[in-house]
Amino acid sequence: MRLAGFYLFAALVALLPVLFPDNYFVIVIGASAGLHVILAVGLNLLMGYAGQISLGHAAFFGMGAYASAILTTRFGWPSLLALAAGLVATGAIAWLLARPILRLRGHYLAMATLGFGIIVHVIMVQATRWTGGPDGLAGIPPLNLFGWSVEGDLQWYGVIVAAMLLALWLALNLVDSQVGRALRAVHGSEFAAQMMGVDTGRAKTQVFVVSALFAAFAGSLFAHQQAFVSPDSFNLTISVVAVSMIMLGGMASTFGAACGAIALTLLHQGLVVFEDYEMLIHGALLMAVMIFLPQGLFVGLSQGAQRLWVTLRQES
Amino acid sequence: MFEQLFQFLVTGITVGSLYALVGLGFALIYNASDAVNFAQGEFVMLGAMIAIALLDAGMPLLLAASAATLLTIVAGLLLERFAIEPAKGASVVTTIIITIGAGIFLRGVALLLWGKDFHSLPPFSGDTPIQLGGATVLPQSLWVLGITVLLVALVRAFFNRTLLGKALLACSFNRVAAQAVGINVRVMLRLAYGLSAGLGALAGILIAPITFSSYEAGVMLGLKGFSAAIIGGIGNPMGAVAGGLLLGVLESLGAGLISSGYKDAIAFLFVLMVLFFKPTGLFGHQLVERV
Amino acid sequence: MKTLWKTTLAATLLLAGINLASAAEPIKIGSFLTVTGPASFLGDPELKTLQMYVEDINAKGGVKGRKLELIHYDTGGNAKDAVNFVKRLIKNDKVDLIVGGTTTGDSMAVIPDVEKEGIPFISLAGGVEIVEPVKKWVFKTPHTDRMAVAKIYEDLRKRGLTKVALITGDGGFDKSGHEQLLKLAPQFGMTLVADEFYGNKDSDMTAQLTKIRATDAQAIINFGFGQAPAIVTRNIKQLGITLPLYQSHGVASKTFIDLAGEAAEGVRLPAAALVIAEQLTDADPQKPVLLAYKNKYEAKHGPVSTFGGHAYDGLMIAVGALQRAGSADKAKVRDEIEKTKGFIGTAGVFNMSPEDHMGLTLDAFKMVEVRKGAWKILE
Repeated sequence: MRLAGFYLFAALVALLPVLFPDNYFVIVIGASAGLHVILAVGLNLLMGYAGQISLGHAAFFGMGAYASAILTTRFGWPSLLALAAGLVATGAIAWLLARPILRLRGHYLAMATLGFGIIVHVIMVQATRWTGGPDGLAGIPPLNLFGWSVEGDLQWYGVIVAAMLLALWLALNLVDSQVGRALRAVHGSEFAAQMMGVDTGRAKTQVFVVSALFAAFAGSLFAHQQAFVSPDSFNLTISVVAVSMIMLGGMASTFGAACGAIALTLLHQGLVVFEDYEMLIHGALLMAVMIFLPQGLFVGLSQGAQRLWVTLRQES
Repeated sequence: MFEQLFQFLVTGITVGSLYALVGLGFALIYNASDAVNFAQGEFVMLGAMIAIALLDAGMPLLLAASAATLLTIVAGLLLERFAIEPAKGASVVTTIIITIGAGIFLRGVALLLWGKDFHSLPPFSGDTPIQLGGATVLPQSLWVLGITVLLVALVRAFFNRTLLGKALLACSFNRVAAQAVGINVRVMLRLAYGLSAGLGALAGILIAPITFSSYEAGVMLGLKGFSAAIIGGIGNPMGAVAGGLLLGVLESLGAGLISSGYKDAIAFLFVLMVLFFKPTGLFGHQLVERV
Repeated sequence: MKTLWKTTLAATLLLAGINLASAAEPIKIGSFLTVTGPASFLGDPELKTLQMYVEDINAKGGVKGRKLELIHYDTGGNAKDAVNFVKRLIKNDKVDLIVGGTTTGDSMAVIPDVEKEGIPFISLAGGVEIVEPVKKWVFKTPHTDRMAVAKIYEDLRKRGLTKVALITGDGGFDKSGHEQLLKLAPQFGMTLVADEFYGNKDSDMTAQLTKIRATDAQAIINFGFGQAPAIVTRNIKQLGITLPLYQSHGVASKTFIDLAGEAAEGVRLPAAALVIAEQLTDADPQKPVLLAYKNKYEAKHGPVSTFGGHAYDGLMIAVGALQRAGSADKAKVRDEIEKTKGFIGTAGVFNMSPEDHMGLTLDAFKMVEVRKGAWKILE
């Protein structure tokens, strides 16, 4: 069932630019949404399946972005090498951070991840010589995939869609793997999982690192797509938006996270025409969905659809 | 050198008492509901902005301040009634997102009502700085400190001496047991929100003469207040106050002695260190997890 | 009877024809500004100005018989949104030119797209890197941060002060000013004896100022905008520091004086003549333009801001170019913007050229000082 949904989704996103050629919302916003999907799906592995809150994931997103930006702009590294280096560096930092941070629970964990996010953001703003300070780094060279230089919105749509599908596929497989089952056991009850012989510390560390890698990967692509990075794109607000995406879409569901990411990206583009009313509407919508559909839009809608299906079958 | 240090401390305690007041609000709501209210910073902002608006309309300061506090309390009660209560039984993360949404909503309302400008309140007793052994302090800062001490003492007395306060604390220890002995948990929650909103509003009115208020003023203060509550051990109101003071002093010392550019990073690094060595905050009770 | 019918039909067709011909397409001006967010202090007056004057121009018949349509998006300070919105303006809304980009970060971020698509872009940000090196389609109207720093240093040198303490915020405007302060110091013989920072949302800077007080600084320069410089100014008074304080043009508005109160007395900064319009001599060609803008803006919105003035300059330069080009053809309009000569704006007199896409000289900045709660021009 899941795989069928995946293929359907892949077909849909591949067809969109054909059905709506040269459409800003499809190509540009679609690309934006694609990156958000990668970020959200990774975060969902941590929050939805392993049950660990993170309010600082924008930091990992930013680490990938700045690694690619600094290494290609200031040191002239080839873009794929820079991307790999970014992944390695982010993974290492996540791994070092995981042990102490994952001993915390609930609000303490939220605070620790929040604090970490802020520390990284402050460094981005203050270390001007490396990061370009608050105005960031411009003029990032294009992504070079084995000779092919990715340029132009349509090409980027293709690359990001491919990356997003890869991320989704990885996430879906992870959830069903041994590591994934261990994680869900941890979420259910960490104590019980330990009693069953699951190395909870290791499982949690692994998922923390994996979710950080997803974010860093999205960040590197982001840096090359925008040809520009600045700390504004990696602050607390972005971390909160990432969490909202998976909450809105439905935690503990990979497609839910993807759904939430796409919905929120489109919502932002749609609400911007309301100008000063945007903030109020955004807040009201967030509250409304969380109050009336706490299991998220995707899960809520699919449950609703299922019930409708059953009712219709009963009628006939 | 010592003079400088003293000034850093004085500044730190001044700023810290702001964080302490905001942190107290976080602790109160957590005690009654096991969830953090991320709109607490917005209560601070509302108190200040409403007071400023009323003052501009011609009300005398004391009346404007009291009216603003009352109106903010009403806002807090409305928030609880229409956003928190319908979602009772929701998970902690869901409630957090709801309060984040509420914060954004309140900011949006403030933006529409009062625009993007900065506003200020006149200081309560002038702004001639007072010399305190080599350090200078604004009279308004003494107001902030003094009223914080008063409010903390009142809150403490409320929890320890009054039946209502003890009932509120009982909810935080064990909600089911509290219900079993006849405590109306729903009313307690509403009380907590109202109380926190009132405390927040007072904090905002006290602070506005020193820093300025705008629709976004609640975000940073909310963040620092939350950090204060966490450092002190969430759920421990006195801990939140201690945490706030500590955070303020650390920020000031970090800026003065190490690097003013990285002072926020230093402050949060400290928070992380505290959490790594004391996972439930400095004065928090041990979390008991049901198996 | 038949003749009446025919005449009516002919008249109707004629009228319809005339209507069709004069229902000309509006000229679309795109804009992206930070109306909310950390730089709303800059973006809000910019938007208000653009809206006010587009309405005004349309009421007077538009440009060459065509109405102006302003399509704008709020980036909220996020440069990623700036890029997306510029793409939306170009691809989706099909605008003819863009006046916007409140911050240097936002403006720099969109330059690659603007250059690739070939659309005239007038930036409202201060960073010197926006027009240096010159890009074909990119122009700007505010003075550069380098000019602001040069003006400040020039004044310090005149007063014989050479030891300077810096205290700077953490925004893009602040940091790029800071960069120029460091770069130009040797040129003007300035020694920097302290270099402190604060966060733009901070409520107290006494710790940083206490450090500065302990040095042998002869003057303090605070490069920032919004509420923080007002707090710095008040803290300085609170600590009893009597050194001369220089601010940047980021606070060249009455709001700063209102917020800082008595502590603002004696503060100096470089500003566009807009804030001291009444004090110019009547012979000054800028005076009527400034007073007209000031009165119009203040009647509707409150104290005027030089950043709103930059938006006025940008819009009027664009309108002038549209009129000279006779159409909204992007290449023609671009050429005409580049040929702007002797345009009297709120920031000064603009003379653009293929090498200079900003058009202002250092004397467009005036040195002003706060005296008795109001700006006074220094000469």
